This record gives sequence, structure tokens and C-alpha cells, in this order.
Amino acid sequence: MKITVAGETKEFDDGISVSKLIELENVETPQYVTVSVNEEFVDSGAFGSTALKDGDNVEFLYFMGGGR
Amino acid sequence: MAFTDEQLERYSRHIILKEIGVKGQKKLLAGKVLIIGAGGLGAPAAMYLAAAGVGTIGIADADKVDLSNLQRQVIHTTNDIGKRKVESAAETMRAINPDITVNTYYDFVNSSNIMDLIADYDFILDGTDNFPAKFLINDACVMAGKPFSHAGIIRFKGQLTTVIPGEGPCYRCIFKNPPPKDAVPTCKQAGVIGAMGGVIGSLQAMEAVKYLTGVGELLSGYLLTYDALKMEFHKVKLPPRGDGCAVCSDHPTITELIDYEQAACDMKQ
Ligand SMILES: [Zn+2]
Repeated sequence: MKITVAGETKEFDDGISVSKLIELENVETPQYVTVSVNEEFVDSGAFGSTALKDGDNVEFLYFMGGGR
Repeated sequence: MAFTDEQLERYSRHIILKEIGVKGQKKLLAGKVLIIGAGGLGAPAAMYLAAAGVGTIGIADADKVDLSNLQRQVIHTTNDIGKRKVESAAETMRAINPDITVNTYYDFVNSSNIMDLIADYDFILDGTDNFPAKFLINDACVMAGKPFSHAGIIRFKGQLTTVIPGEGPCYRCIFKNPPPKDAVPTCKQAGVIGAMGGVIGSLQAMEAVKYLTGVGELLSGYLLTYDALKMEFHKVKLPPRGDGCAVCSDHPTITELIDYEQAACDMKQ
């Protein structure tokens, strides 16, 4: 199935979970990433149980604390 | 208020823009923007806003200029080392444009002073370098109904969003709580490329100018990310402001400001 991750469409195994995608995409600090699927936030407690579908649009949002 | 000949000349490149014109320039001169943090983000933002003729600019920072700041904080010079950052920044802004008023606040923002600090301003810029401050600014601006620009930078990456309380999502809609101390690296630990502050801080200044003049579409409801190594901007559409947010929903559970513990590595000041 095809999933768009951060604007880039790629091929993944059918039905993978958000947790699996986090692992496959080598997300930095995975325990603090915010995930949206089709412009809705997924609760971090539900990453393992949320299966992705063909055509889903996934975004990873990261903490960025710097500024000075 | 009529423009002087000097003002007509100084702001001529703005006035010639059909979106700005004399009307828009008057709005900028009547505008009040508070910049919290006179560093990587705040430095370029302050310089552009001063140059643009934003009539009143407040700048808050409790730090003094350090040699290690000069790689990115372009508002300060080598001669300013040891000086209060707010004074150094104010001197540069006044030198760029004597037409404006600069207010300096040599202080850390905290739960007891932030509401008074933001009260007099139309738009706030978050140029801070730590999560406690970023959450505090978000919550205070949401509670006070003040629009603000949030931004963060690290290594070769940066991101920003504009929060219009009551309309679009806030910072806490995206990130519910600050990460634990040292769980996510800061610039001091991880480094940051100097020009990143210039890119993202200038975008924050752009949002302030757009807000004050009412021109264009604000970055509300989006998080714009920038990756310098890939040379890519990516605009992430955020879910709308919903019931889930602890501070900006219609039934907030956070109704008082919180002073989160500062990460140890940020406490050197
Ligand atoms: Zn919110």
C-alpha cells in the first residue's frame, strides 16, 4: 500500500501500525513525536493499535526547543 | 498623522507595494510587537521589524551577550560582549530606525510577569530556547487572546506556526506537555547552524508584519518546517482547534499559568 509520509509517497506493507511506521522511518525521539493521520492527531497510546490504510497521509511533528 | 518626507523616503519600498501602501505603513507605525528572547530568532526578527517601522517593539531577555552568541545572533556585535542583550538589541534597532520606540525588559518571563508583559502588545514573537518558556508563552497568549508566532530551531532544522487564539490550533494542541528534562536536545547541546535563526526569525517577522497590516494569509492552522540539508520547506496542515486541548478548548483544564522546571542545561544564565 502507498502512504504519504511528510509529503513523500512511499510503498509499505499492508496494514502496518503507526508504531511500525515510526520504526521504519527512523523517527528521532519516537516517544515524544506527535503523529497526525489524514489531518487528525493520533493519541500516542494508540500508535500500536492504529493500522494505516492505503492512501493515508501521515505527518510527524517534532519538538524543537531551540531559539536563542 | 501625515508622513514626514523622511518617512516617505525611508518606507518608500513598502509604500509602493499595493498591499501595504500608506495605509499599511501607518498600521505598522501604530503596531506594537513584543519579542521574547533576543537571540538566534529574536535578533533577525527585531532588526526587520525595526527597519519596517513597527512603531513600538518590546524585547525581553535576561541574558548578557556572550562570545558564543555571535555565530548567529546578528543584532549583537563583538563590542557588545558582556552587555545586557536587551540593551545591545535596542541600540541596534534604534540605530537602524530612530523612528521607533523600543522597550526593554531585562527579565526572564515567568508565570507572574508574563501577563503584564504581553498586555500592551498586539502580537508576540516567541524567540525563546526552552520548552518551559514556549509552553508558558503559548498558555499566556491563549489566555490573554494575544496572537503570536511560535518557532523552534535545532541543528539544520527549524519550524514555526502562528497561533490566533480562539480561531486556530495552539502549540499545546500539537504538543500536550513539555518533554522531560534532557529528553529532547536543545541548541546548546546539539548545535544550530547560524543562518537558521535568520530564516525562521525572518519568517516570524513576516507573520508579524502580515498580522499588523492584515495582508495575506497567516500561518495559522499549519506548522511550516524547514530542513536546510535537504533544502526543503514542508507545510503541515494541523487539525482544527478541538475539544482535546487542555488550554485552548472551550472547556480548558489548564486555567492558570505553569512554571515548568527548566532543563538543567539551560540554566547557566
Ligand atoms: Zn490548543
